[in-house]
Amino acid sequence: MVQALPFLLVLIPFGMLFGVVAQAAGMRVVETMGFSIVVLAGASQFAAMELMAQNAPVLLILASALAVNLRMAMYSASLVPHFGDAKPWERALIAYCLVDQGYAMAIQNAEAHPGLSTRQKVAHFFGASLVLCPPWFLFTYLGATAGNFIPAAWPLDFAVPITFLSMVAPMLRTLAHLAAAAASILLALALAGLPSGSGLLIAAPLGMAVGAWVETLTARRANRLNYPVKRAGR
Amino acid sequence: MSYSIPTIWFIIVVLGIGTFLLRWSFLGAMGNRPFPLWAQRLLRYTAVSVLPALIAPMVMWPAATGGRPDPARLGAAAATIVVGLLTRNTLAAILAGGVVLGLGTYLA
Repeated sequence: MVQALPFLLVLIPFGMLFGVVAQAAGMRVVETMGFSIVVLAGASQFAAMELMAQNAPVLLILASALAVNLRMAMYSASLVPHFGDAKPWERALIAYCLVDQGYAMAIQNAEAHPGLSTRQKVAHFFGASLVLCPPWFLFTYLGATAGNFIPAAWPLDFAVPITFLSMVAPMLRTLAHLAAAAASILLALALAGLPSGSGLLIAAPLGMAVGAWVETLTARRANRLNYPVKRAGR
Repeated sequence: MSYSIPTIWFIIVVLGIGTFLLRWSFLGAMGNRPFPLWAQRLLRYTAVSVLPALIAPMVMWPAATGGRPDPARLGAAAATIVVGLLTRNTLAAILAGGVVLGLGTYLA
């Protein structure tokens, strides 16, 4: 839970900002809260709200916001090795509160302590989610009711990039991790002109493929180097 | 905004169900059936591929500056990465990025 605290620095202003933006777009407090509690996915909530403020067609709103969340399916797959043994209701609850920060913390935790049982990893995830999710509701409410007292000059848009980078940088332990990140960044920049979210859906899987490929190459080289040593030891 | 209240709730509920199904997909349906080795190898790089790709365009071309690269934001991103790599500490990286961003914006 303590590890999740730094993320509050970001979630609190963002939850408030969502409340403020929804209010400015003309949404009532009940529906604003409905968004944060039912959907619970910041980036897609902002995307939907931006389109709703422009009175966009409902189908376009749904498609864009869900496209922003497609990455969650990749998270879901990558958590199977860690949470696959958990009870069905636990997995459903994990799915409900799966946000970027909680996901990154679960992966960091599992990689830092490879011996953890499913039980321990589930407990860690719920502890982190308890710090991450309720404040999102609370500060959405405060933003929607208390109005905007965040100074306009604050570069708040950049809080999310900083948190994501701060979560990823400590994970770059191997050449393969570095290669995956570098490839996906370059591709995302090259594809930035594509409609919202679609560049990511090409860049991220290719970055993952580059990571897996570099891992295969590194493993092969390590095997070749180790082989004579093992023989000599026999 | 000119949507009726039921329409707004329709949007909220469909988004909620859709997002839940995306999050639940593999975790709920696969259960403890193990992935093939090649898939496990790919999935190890999910976090380091998705998160940077999501924010890379925001770092290079922030909407807040009308899409023009901004020294304060670029400096903050660089500071976050460098401190995160050196200390392996998320909080230290956030603080470094925040300080550079704050100073950069203040000085600009």
